[in-house]
Order: sequence, then structure tokens, then C-alpha cells
Amino acid sequence: MTALRVAIVGTGPAGAYVAGHLLRSDVPVVIEMIDRLPTPWGLVRAGVAPDHQDTKAITRSFEWLAATPGVRMHLNTEVGRDVSHEELLALHHAVVYTVGASGSRELGIPGEDLPGSHAATEFVAWYNGHPDFAGHRFDLSSERAIVIGNGNVALDIARVLARSVDDLAGTDIADHALEALRASRIREVVVLGRRGPADAAFTSTELRALAALEAVEVQVDPPVAVRAAVEQPHDDYGVQLKLALLSRLTQERASGAGRRIVLRFLAAPARILGTDRVEGLEITRTELTPSGSSTTKSRERIEAGLVLRAIGYAAQAIDGVPFDATRRVIPNDRGRVAAGVYTAGWVKRGPSGVIGTNKVCAAETVRALLEDHAAGRLPRPDGGDLGALLAERHPDRLGLNGWRAINTHELQAGKDQGRPRVKLTRRSELLAVARHG
Amino acid sequence: MAYAITRACCNDAVCVEVCPVDCIHPRPDEPGYETAEQLYIDPATCLDCNACLEVCPVDAIHRDVDLTADLAEYATINAGFFATAVS
Repeated sequence: MTALRVAIVGTGPAGAYVAGHLLRSDVPVVIEMIDRLPTPWGLVRAGVAPDHQDTKAITRSFEWLAATPGVRMHLNTEVGRDVSHEELLALHHAVVYTVGASGSRELGIPGEDLPGSHAATEFVAWYNGHPDFAGHRFDLSSERAIVIGNGNVALDIARVLARSVDDLAGTDIADHALEALRASRIREVVVLGRRGPADAAFTSTELRALAALEAVEVQVDPPVAVRAAVEQPHDDYGVQLKLALLSRLTQERASGAGRRIVLRFLAAPARILGTDRVEGLEITRTELTPSGSSTTKSRERIEAGLVLRAIGYAAQAIDGVPFDATRRVIPNDRGRVAAGVYTAGWVKRGPSGVIGTNKVCAAETVRALLEDHAAGRLPRPDGGDLGALLAERHPDRLGLNGWRAINTHELQAGKDQGRPRVKLTRRSELLAVARHG
Repeated sequence: MAYAITRACCNDAVCVEVCPVDCIHPRPDEPGYETAEQLYIDPATCLDCNACLEVCPVDAIHRDVDLTADLAEYATINAGFFATAVS
């Protein structure tokens, strides 16, 4: 019986879980895992905050997967540039897109393009050493930064900006970010939520991590918003935990600690202020309505030199693959885009959920793929081989050994400095180390 | 004694698959899984068999007696899920 040949585009958790489910099926498979970066594992490397090393440990199981016979890696390889969607389709029974959501949403307010206003995704990619963002600069010279958004990314950023640089120095944060944070003059980070505390998308777990920071005071503004939320019944256990924690924070006295994080609720961004660069943010106070929130006439200006919008990741279209530009996903039915084309993860369902959510999501996709295989609906591959095709036209492709050389190098550099890892952040450095070990 | 799931939980639910007494919830096939912040162990039914701790890919599971100060709250947080859950 010939093996089922599957190409998986994107090696983040969704792609890794698709590979894992395929390997556990009773169908013999050959899997080609493709990633545009020289390093695998998507947002585990480039998204999960450097001070959450325990979460990053999930890659141990991914490394094991990558070493399984029948699995091949093609890193530093971009679909649409080095190989086309049509070519992948011709070479495999199925192509699975698990490319995630690397873009960001926009606020659509005046001033958004001023220097000093950035997407949170860029800031996260920068401190995590993503090679496309290594040269970015963020102005940390003012006393206040504002993070617009109420998800875990907003809290990650607030934590990274506010916590002691000496703590961060013991993580795998990018060296360029560590250097910039050492010189930071930011004393206060305001995290802005349009709705109330019960609506916040961040988890109680991340809020707890914030509250536990040494020498960082966490304030809730206005405290009455928490009291109002507590009076309502909430079925969701996470919301109950969040409100309990927020109540506790409103009762704590100001400690005068070095830095401060203000969780500001019921405030919507109206416009970013400044002429040549960001000088502040004008906000509109909001009030809760049965269906969400509505803005009031009450406005306020907050001075700040840095405004980061953490209002959600957004997927980007791939050449030749259907894309719903409104929902920012690849249109699919339980992971099936067409017979032979599938999707999983954020580009399938939108940017929500935690790492493990992608496991269930990937299982559904693999079920659809295997059903189509069993029913004889998958196109027959033309007999060619992706490795051979790339060897001919794309000498900069890296395989598993290339990544292993990078990994070993980074881990050793980390060992020398008492850190979990020291990341290589330039594409040229990554490629050089991958080639020469 | 019982086990407790802590901060690093990534909801991948391998622990659910190995638990011999089905004391880890919400399971992926249960309502609430998709929005659950993390999974929780019911201390009232946990057998202390250690199976979940061994398979957790992110070392999020600890014996309650081993919880470090920064994770101590998670014993109550795990138990609380079963006290408030509509079952």
C-alpha cells in the first residue's frame, strides 16, 4: 500500500497536532512540514512570552514528532515564493494549511499611523526574536505606555514592559529587546478595555501572574466597574476567578512600588494624539449595554509615548488558496476546504483558544482528510518529491538537521549565560549556523 | 492528597486520556472545553495515581503537597471548579 502523502504548511501547534494525529492513524503517511521561518513551532517560539518558559516546554513533544520516520521538515521555505500551492497539490494527496494569523487588526482611528503607534503583534514578535522584526525599534523613552485590548497578549506586553529587567534577563527574550528594556523609562502601563471586567478576554491565570509580580503595582480603574460586575451572576468559572482577583486588587492599598500597571475598563480609544509622533491617546468612556457597550460623550486624554494595539491577530491570504477577507479565515467545513485541501488552527477558526485547543481542532481536520482518503476522493500525486524539487531551486531550504544545529547553538549559548536559550534573531545568522553547526 | 493543574496548562488534554477515574474536566467532548481557561482535577475523586503528571507536556500538574508558594492557590482553584460547576 502506498503511503498517504501530506504537506502541512506552518509548523506551529496546529501543524504539529495535524502531523501527530496523522501519525497516530492506521494509514501509512509521509508528511512534509513546511515553514517560512528557519525555525519551527510558530507562536510557541515567537508568541508565548519569554517569561513563560514552562508553556514553551510543549515543543519537547513537537521535537519528538519531527524526528519520527516519514516526517520531513522544509524550513525557510515559503509557499507562494519557493513552491506554489498548485505544485504542493500535484505532489501530495493532501495539503493542510496551518499558517496561523500573523497579521494584526487595525483600530481605524485617527493617528494610528504615527510613529510610536504599533500593532502588539510586532512588539511581541520583536521581544521574541522573530527575524522579520529584529530591526524594529520601539520608543520606550516616555513614562507611560498604553496597550489597547483586553486579551492575554495585552497582559503579556504589560508584564514585559513593567517587570524587572533582571528577571527578564534570565529568560530567552531577544537580546535587542533586553537592551532596549534596560534603557526603558516607562513607569506606567495602561491596559485599556472597551467593556467591563467580566468581559475581559484575558484569563484569570494571566491576571494572577500579573498580580504576583514583584515591585509592580496593579491598579483597577474604575474600581466601581468591578463592584458592578461582581453583583451580576456569572456561570463561567474563569470569569468568577477573574472577578475575585480584580476585587482583591481594588482593595489593596497603593504600595508605591516602582512600576504600575493600570487595568482601565469602560474606555474606548477615540484617536491617537500627536503631530510627528505619539503624544497620547484620547479615550471615550463607555457604558455597558445588554448587547455590549456604547460610547458616552465623556472624553479624556491620556499622555503616552507608546501605544500598542492588542486587538487581535488576523490571518493573511495565501496565493491560490480561498480566503474569506471579512472573517480573515480560509473558508472550510470542519477543516475541509476542498477534496485535497484542508486547514487547522487560527487560519481555520480565527485567532482564539490556547495551544491545546488546536489539538481538538486538528483532530477534526484530520478526520475530514482521512474520510476523503477512505472514500477515494483525494487526487493522486504525480510521483514527484518535494525535497527533490526544493533541492533544485531553493538551496536555502533547511531540514531538521539545520534546525537541530540552530537549536543546539542557542541552547549552548543559553547555558553559557545561565538562560534557557539565547535566540539568533537575524535570518543570516540562523542560516549560517544551520549550515555550519 | 490530590493532584492539581496549574498555570502552564495548555488544555491539550492528554491527561484526560490517561486518567483512570475521569476526574479531569472539562473533557474536550464536554461543553465548556473550548472556553475553559485550563483543565481542573477533582480532588474528591483523584486517586493520586500520577498518570497525568507523567504525560503532561508542559509539567503543569503537581501533587498538591508539592505546590510551590506561587502555585499554592491552584489546589483551591482546582477544587473550586467542581464546587461551582453545573453538573
